[in-house]
Amino acid sequence: MTATTVTHDLVSVENVSLSFGSVRALRDVSLTLQPGEITALVGDNGAGKSTLVRCLSGIHRPDDGTVRFDGQPAHFSTPEDARNAGIETVHQNLALVEDLTVWQNLFLNREIVHGFGPLAILDKRAMKREAQRMVSTLAVNVPSVTSTVRRLSGGQRQAVSICRAAGFSSKLVIMDEPTAALGVQETERVEKLITKLREDGHAVLLISHNFAQVMRLADHVWVMRAGRCVAGRRIAQTTGEEIVALITGAQQS
Amino acid sequence: MTESLVAGSPNPLSHRLFARPEIGATAAAGVILVFFLAAAPAFRSGGSFFTVLYQSSTIGIVAIGVGLLMIGGEFDLSAGVIVTTAGLANSMFCWWFGIDLWVGALLSLAFCLFIGFVNGYLVMRTGIPSFLITLGTFFVLQGANLGLTKVVTGSVTSPDISRMDGYPLLEGVFASNFDAGGVTVWGTVLWWLGFTALAAWVLQRTRTGNWVFAIGGSADSARAVGVPVVRTKIGLFMTVSFLGWFVGMHTLYRFNTLQAGNGVGNEFLYIIAAVVGGTLLTGGYGNAIGVGIGAFIFGTTSLGIVYAGWDPNWFKAFLGVMLLLAVLVNLYVKSLATSTRLLRDSPGKADDA
Ligand SMILES: Nc1ncnc2c1ncn2[C@@H]1O[C@H](COP(=O)(O)OP(=O)(O)O)[C@@H](O)[C@H]1O
Ligand SMILES: [Mg+2]
Repeated sequence: MTATTVTHDLVSVENVSLSFGSVRALRDVSLTLQPGEITALVGDNGAGKSTLVRCLSGIHRPDDGTVRFDGQPAHFSTPEDARNAGIETVHQNLALVEDLTVWQNLFLNREIVHGFGPLAILDKRAMKREAQRMVSTLAVNVPSVTSTVRRLSGGQRQAVSICRAAGFSSKLVIMDEPTAALGVQETERVEKLITKLREDGHAVLLISHNFAQVMRLADHVWVMRAGRCVAGRRIAQTTGEEIVALITGAQQS
Repeated sequence: MTESLVAGSPNPLSHRLFARPEIGATAAAGVILVFFLAAAPAFRSGGSFFTVLYQSSTIGIVAIGVGLLMIGGEFDLSAGVIVTTAGLANSMFCWWFGIDLWVGALLSLAFCLFIGFVNGYLVMRTGIPSFLITLGTFFVLQGANLGLTKVVTGSVTSPDISRMDGYPLLEGVFASNFDAGGVTVWGTVLWWLGFTALAAWVLQRTRTGNWVFAIGGSADSARAVGVPVVRTKIGLFMTVSFLGWFVGMHTLYRFNTLQAGNGVGNEFLYIIAAVVGGTLLTGGYGNAIGVGIGAFIFGTTSLGIVYAGWDPNWFKAFLGVMLLLAVLVNLYVKSLATSTRLLRDSPGKADDA
């Protein structure tokens, strides 16, 4: 393949709908993500942001519509499929196992092993070494990759989650409210990590309630309201006020 | 400012030692052994030691499975009766149809694995706690053991199998013993040590072991990164029923007939062995060696009390005390394990690093 000047969407979500019983969590949602950009997804609580994210990361399957990733139709039936395709997710509830160490969490279901099958033998030394490399590449501040996650602060945990998502040559890192539970300084550190991910060539989908953060970090923003994707704006061409108006419905797209 | 990772600060050996799950059990086993050696002269012989090991193995083999399952975050209350179910299935099936005991043993194995599968499947499918699901299986099996035995034999004792086809070979596999320098060594002791070593290896060294800790620690988090939670948990339930079958085979080929009501209550002994050995009830923490030591404590005390000439009824009271102590020790060890290495740089101060 030669270099091409035609840029294609990294992700395109086309007319996706999903219901939980009578709750229509997603209604005919269409949006796109560009490679190498930070795209923000905003909306009130219950707007359907997390549900959309779970469709991208293989936890839910849309009832209707298609998701394309890297030009190909993506039918992720498990989180494993999505990860294999290059989509890593930092979930709202962090998704780390507290009793495991940092390196074990980084390599959970991505273990470096000798041999095959369920009895493949762990190469712990390689995983620790590699984990050390991963955290230092991202300048993540954790005491040691051999400490258990239980002993880490909220910011450190979030950093480990992001670190895991950034590793394994992922093309898209999805973050569901990564700074919602963090203090000011921790938020600042995580924001640095997010911009670092973009510098390293990852596309980022960032769900955030913090408009200042969205304006600071993102290149593009999509607004969701009551299960629909109601508007998309380039950050350079919008304001915090306009986004708020779109979220509340005071302004119709 | 973000001065990356502080190079791994290895904690002192003493701390790492005390943070191991089985440390409390090892100390307790030592104390109890010394105590009975002092209190019961009859206890001080190679023969009694191997009797203790035999006693430990009959509980220890199934306890390994129960321990693994508990590390994986689930319970199995049917593990006691399934031992009897396994033996009854083998003997009565062969007796009724007049087939080779080998065939019966394999059918019994398939049946036990199926029960383990059903336990796991129901737990994963319904989301009902395994405590309740396996309590149900426990009662079903207990009732079926008694009911079917009565239907087949007219009593609560299974038919004697010692003259049926295939008996000598199966007895050799499941219920043999040999003489080693004047002491009797039961094959189950070797099986027990072998299964323990295998389980310890799987837990610590293999991918599956890593998953067991992960699903016990947080099934949701494990699922989110694609760990096959359902498959792994069902596998653990089936491991328990496999080991239950194994001990069932031993019991059958050692005694040739079984009491249909046996096995009830042993599920608690397995859980106690696992907990005394440092397995956390909440899952995600423990190891196989600890469970082995827990079973050894069980063997030592149950026989030590007999050798010391005390009323064996005290044994249960003692087990209860051990369990309570173990829970307290585990709590302490666990808190030690999570505080040995203090965070070098607290988040608030990180920027000065
Ligand atoms: N697993 C689920 N089962 C039933 N309803 C759900 C589930 N997940 C989300 N919902 C519902 O879907 C809607 C969208 O939720 P969510 O995607 O979490 O919103 P957001 O992340 O934007 O706050 C809400 O009404 C929520 O109650
Ligand atoms: Mg949400």
